[in-house]
Amino acid sequence: MWKRWVGPVSSCKKWLFNETFSVQGGNFDDAGRISGNIKTILKEMGIGNDVVRMAAVITYESEINIVSYARQGMIRLHMLPEHIEIEAVDEGPGISDIRLAMQQGWSTATDKIREMGFGAGMGLNNIRNFSDIFHISSDVGSGTRLKMIIHIQQEQDR
Amino acid sequence: MNIETIVQALQLSVKSGRDRLGVEVRGGYVGDLLSDVMANSREGDLWITRQIHQNIVAVASLKDLAGIILVRGAEPAADTLEKAVRENIPLLTADLPAFEIAGRIYQMIGPRKA
Amino acid sequence: MLLREVQKILDAEVLVGAEKLDMEVHTAFGADLMSDVLAFAVSGCILLTGLTNPQIIRTADVLDIAAIVIVRGKKPFPETLRAAADKKIPILSTKYILFESAGRLYEKGIVGCVEKVGGSRVFL
Repeated sequence: MWKRWVGPVSSCKKWLFNETFSVQGGNFDDAGRISGNIKTILKEMGIGNDVVRMAAVITYESEINIVSYARQGMIRLHMLPEHIEIEAVDEGPGISDIRLAMQQGWSTATDKIREMGFGAGMGLNNIRNFSDIFHISSDVGSGTRLKMIIHIQQEQDR
Repeated sequence: MNIETIVQALQLSVKSGRDRLGVEVRGGYVGDLLSDVMANSREGDLWITRQIHQNIVAVASLKDLAGIILVRGAEPAADTLEKAVRENIPLLTADLPAFEIAGRIYQMIGPRKA
Repeated sequence: MLLREVQKILDAEVLVGAEKLDMEVHTAFGADLMSDVLAFAVSGCILLTGLTNPQIIRTADVLDIAAIVIVRGKKPFPETLRAAADKKIPILSTKYILFESAGRLYEKGIVGCVEKVGGSRVFL
């Protein structure tokens, strides 16, 4: 149902760029700022529009999840020669049933979150659909960790 | 203009409420915020949305909407479909996005009557 | 068509970005769900929405959306207008509902976002 990240994607794990951004739970004012930053960074690095879009969507949805459900978290962006890795790690309630959480439409959003246009239960799906490799793990009471990989050269570009 | 005519013209998929396709469509409503739909939609509106959870059936029922079209490939959640069947609410699906579906239906039924 | 044409068709008020009314727009996307906008809205489109919170500006910025039209006569929060001015994203407001707004624009040649965006792989 989802692709597992099975190991290093490059034998030469040399970071071209590596930055961590912190996310504060409940802070909807700030949510989305990191994805804006990442979009700017990737564009400046000459990354193609499709890949920038993928990274932006993944980051935004990850940020919103942390803001909506966790106490705090962080998003890491790693640029490698052939891949972009995005990790979203949070301290929060965790997810007890990942398969259920991945079901389209499944949501634990409050009314406040829904009124803002979030919480339709599509976030994790968007993240998965916009990644080339997607890994999710979670510990109830501790938090959730997402790891996404995007190939810089997409299928249609080859 | 009834639902059946719109189903044929737009090649919509019918998931429930098959025997209510003769219902007249008086207008259209596009929206995903349930509170907005509750406040602004009118009886006889065909509701275009991507919300798939079961609350949409309750809203459609309460507001006497003609039916619901889930667009852009959205599929109803299992309990949503179950509820729509039980309450005999026409639930339709489309591959095209809301803007296109709304645009085409608007061309067929015109602006909302006052 | 130009954004000023969109303004005319929708009888809309320009809340932010009056200086950008000569921008060309061809596509539109209508939704109240942020995840849908993220997944399906094409860069350069106009977003028709009933959402009024500042997150729509973040979304629009991240996706390079050309302009936002707030429908149903809803008024955006002041923070939303400030964010839009900051990011230079035009915001229009129309009293028409989304259905009517889409209908009016569609009949004048604006098309929906039907092309696939970025990652459209679907896993079962």
